[in-house]
Amino acid sequence: MQKQAIFQSKLLPYLLVAPQLAVVLIFFYWPALQAVIQSFLLQDAFGLSSNFVWFDNYIELFKDPAYFESIVRTFFFSFAIAVSSLSFALLLAVMADKPLRGSMLYRTLLIWPYAVAPPVVGVLWIFMLHPSLGVLARYLRAAGIDWNPLLDSNQAATLIILAAAWKQISYNFLFFLAGLQAIPKSVFEAAAIDGARPMRRFWTVTFPLLSPTIFFLLVVNIVYAFFDTFGIIDTMTRGGPGTSTVTLVYKVYTDGLLGGNLGSSAAQSVILMILVIVLTGIQFRFVERKVTY
Amino acid sequence: MVEQEGFRRYVAHIILWIGIAIVAFPVYIAIVASTQDNALIANGQMSLLPGGHFFEVYYQTIFVGTSGSTREPVGNMMLNSLIMALLIAVGKIAISIISAYAIVYFRFPFRMPIFWIIFITLMLPVEVRIYPTYKIVADLHMLDSYAGLALPLIASATATLLFRQFFMTVPDELLEASRIDGAGPLRFFWDTLLPLSRTNMAALFVILFILGWNQYLWPLLITTRDDMQTIQVGIRKMITTTDALTEWPVVMATAVLAMLPPVFVVVAMQKLFVRGLVETEK
Amino acid sequence: MANVTLRNVRKTYTGGFEAIKGVNVDVGDGQFCVLVGPSGCGKSTLLRMVAGLETVTGGEIDIGGKVVNQVEPADRDIAMVFQNYALYPHMSVFNNMAYGLRNRRMPEAEIKTRVEEAARVLELTSMLERKPRQLSGGQRQRVAMGRAIVRQPKVFLFDEPLSNLDAKLRISMRVEIRKLQRRLNVTSIYVTHDQLEAMTLADILVVMNGGQVEQVGNPLAIYEKPATTFVASFIGAPPMNLMSTHPDEIKSQLGGAASQAGILGIRPEDFVMTDQTPSGGVALSLTVEAVERVGAETFVYGSRAQDAQRIAATPGELPPGEVIVRIPGTEAPAIGAKIRVAAVRNKLHLFSSDGRTRLEA
Repeated sequence: MQKQAIFQSKLLPYLLVAPQLAVVLIFFYWPALQAVIQSFLLQDAFGLSSNFVWFDNYIELFKDPAYFESIVRTFFFSFAIAVSSLSFALLLAVMADKPLRGSMLYRTLLIWPYAVAPPVVGVLWIFMLHPSLGVLARYLRAAGIDWNPLLDSNQAATLIILAAAWKQISYNFLFFLAGLQAIPKSVFEAAAIDGARPMRRFWTVTFPLLSPTIFFLLVVNIVYAFFDTFGIIDTMTRGGPGTSTVTLVYKVYTDGLLGGNLGSSAAQSVILMILVIVLTGIQFRFVERKVTY
Repeated sequence: MVEQEGFRRYVAHIILWIGIAIVAFPVYIAIVASTQDNALIANGQMSLLPGGHFFEVYYQTIFVGTSGSTREPVGNMMLNSLIMALLIAVGKIAISIISAYAIVYFRFPFRMPIFWIIFITLMLPVEVRIYPTYKIVADLHMLDSYAGLALPLIASATATLLFRQFFMTVPDELLEASRIDGAGPLRFFWDTLLPLSRTNMAALFVILFILGWNQYLWPLLITTRDDMQTIQVGIRKMITTTDALTEWPVVMATAVLAMLPPVFVVVAMQKLFVRGLVETEK
Repeated sequence: MANVTLRNVRKTYTGGFEAIKGVNVDVGDGQFCVLVGPSGCGKSTLLRMVAGLETVTGGEIDIGGKVVNQVEPADRDIAMVFQNYALYPHMSVFNNMAYGLRNRRMPEAEIKTRVEEAARVLELTSMLERKPRQLSGGQRQRVAMGRAIVRQPKVFLFDEPLSNLDAKLRISMRVEIRKLQRRLNVTSIYVTHDQLEAMTLADILVVMNGGQVEQVGNPLAIYEKPATTFVASFIGAPPMNLMSTHPDEIKSQLGGAASQAGILGIRPEDFVMTDQTPSGGVALSLTVEAVERVGAETFVYGSRAQDAQRIAATPGELPPGEVIVRIPGTEAPAIGAKIRVAAVRNKLHLFSSDGRTRLEA
């Protein structure tokens, strides 16, 4: 945890940690504490006074079918995004791991979407699949699909999952490639000598050896889908049609902004915090099995 | 391995090119759309080949903005995004490297509690405490300011942990040699530790710059003045009006301009980017 | 130029572990003192206490007539060569050597003179602009030496400076270090676990074990009259044969001396193969178990017929009852052969049963 060789100084270390400590206390702990306190308070209709109501805000939330739906939806989105993006990225990474000519070029051409911001991803995809002017929507209609994600909630969900998974491909690709390159080539050679054909080799050797990477990416992707989809949803569907694409984070945002129901919004924040802490905890438990590049 | 090597490679090349096409297609469409006439796009008649309006669309986008809703030149939005991204990247690196230095190289009362206070912030992104944070920034009169944009996003432990991890790998003897050579704590930090951290700082800078540039929810909440908008917020406001009025070439040009700096950073500084990405996730 | 005197120096870590249990050593001006001992014996800790890198929890460290217990390393006027060299990886060879001088605000012209002189002596002149990673192990070692020399300190401290070099380079650098130290005539303290390095370098040899000094003195004197069984087995290679004096075979030969002594030591090189028993000496009958021929000499590993119990000073050296004998390289008994070896009276070492006291035979 700490060095054996150190400096002696009474004041200096405090001066050095002071800026970060100040920022963290003011902009992290204070608001987080506020969220917790607020989640136990109920404001009257005019926002003039507030009462301590114990867990009423939480109870209200869990009674609310819309909230329950948004939890289910968030997890569904998360898994759909993670699974589709991970499988496509794994396929590309396995291909790119072969000793091909131009493999560096492939890597470059596949990793740049990491840098595209979520709202821009939303704009790009809604433009392509816009019911009246999208270039891809034309083909979908020509194929006899009644494509209108602005009205059809299943189509809206599909659109969001596609766009979010698209953005995540490069990140997953990069970590899969790193994981693959960390596997000693002699292991594959031994499997080949043992008579395993390429497909079998993939499922019996590559996949198990890659499982720490896969697990790590699964958690990261789920957390990503929790938060970074906000920008995608906000530019593409704004939670609509109806509330059919409202995720937990989106609900915190809209309930606080429009509803002005601060107690409920705070309770939602706290639940979200707990969820993230659990996810991070799971990830830390497996931290020692991480890939190294 | 020899079996069917030629054929398999061929398949690999094809799959990779398909992947690249899928990844690139939405961006290609954006670039094409940004060079076309709005009327054509609005009719759903958009061509899949670049049009001839490149200069006029980009000129309007950068220096004028949309003719409808907000009328804020995207050039100005880009400047705001750039300032915010730089503040986040530089600010976070600066406060993190010195606090990591204190935690690793000094022994002082409350060292571990302070470490944990910083460490726990790793777990919670700004999204989960968004309104209370908003209130504090408002109380501090930092709405519509660069400080308000950057400070809450600086409050996280990733960089501190990264530097801590790196410092732990620096041999103790370097510090001892420095002490014998007459260097005190500040001089050791400046003359030895900082130069040794250069690559780590650069890798971290690349990642933080991209993350900062791409921030959305936080700037959306705390910027109310149009001239303080970042490009990510601006692009969303361009399509808020009813579809018929959306100026798609300008929107797409803005999308391209919003992608340009971070994509350039990823491609041009690929090594640092990969390193930074892998290390910040540890 | 300075004496270094350690007076009852102690180091107790928080938690109670006593790393140094009261050490007294006096290194005269210009002398080369070597601290030797197995790993964990406290020799590096002691050196680092002299450097000021570890605090002193008891006793006094005196450099040049001044107690330096509370003095910062930079102000002790010492220079240190580390085992891993601790070169600043981002600085050129020149700057590595100049750094300490610059921190002391020496004029740049003087720094240049000193660094160039050191580089000339160490044959580094053509490498002054290189970074440490562009140098070989031996060159890095010389830069570390150079960094110490340019300071012209009162005392040089070496912490196993040669242990990262290959065997051949180690020998030539050993000679270089000794020549350099003689020429500069700077008091030096040198830590090593290699007894050969210790024997060849030292003016004063300090043998340490378990945080304590076992013996201090001239290396040859220590070799000839080791004070304890630990020193006896640590100094000299292969180690001294140590055996109990109780078995009849030995008791009868030793006579009166055996009654007080518990342990008898005989160096492998002091045996001769002979059928006679020298008067007052000791003769042993051995069965040859293994033979190592290394050219100039031959080592014979033999087991004693009797159930003689060997006292192992350091675990894992030789099984009880086994004896090493060094004979000229021209001879080589067959495996399984019975031989008889003997050592004369003045080559015998006698120790008390606990191995802590040397008895005069």
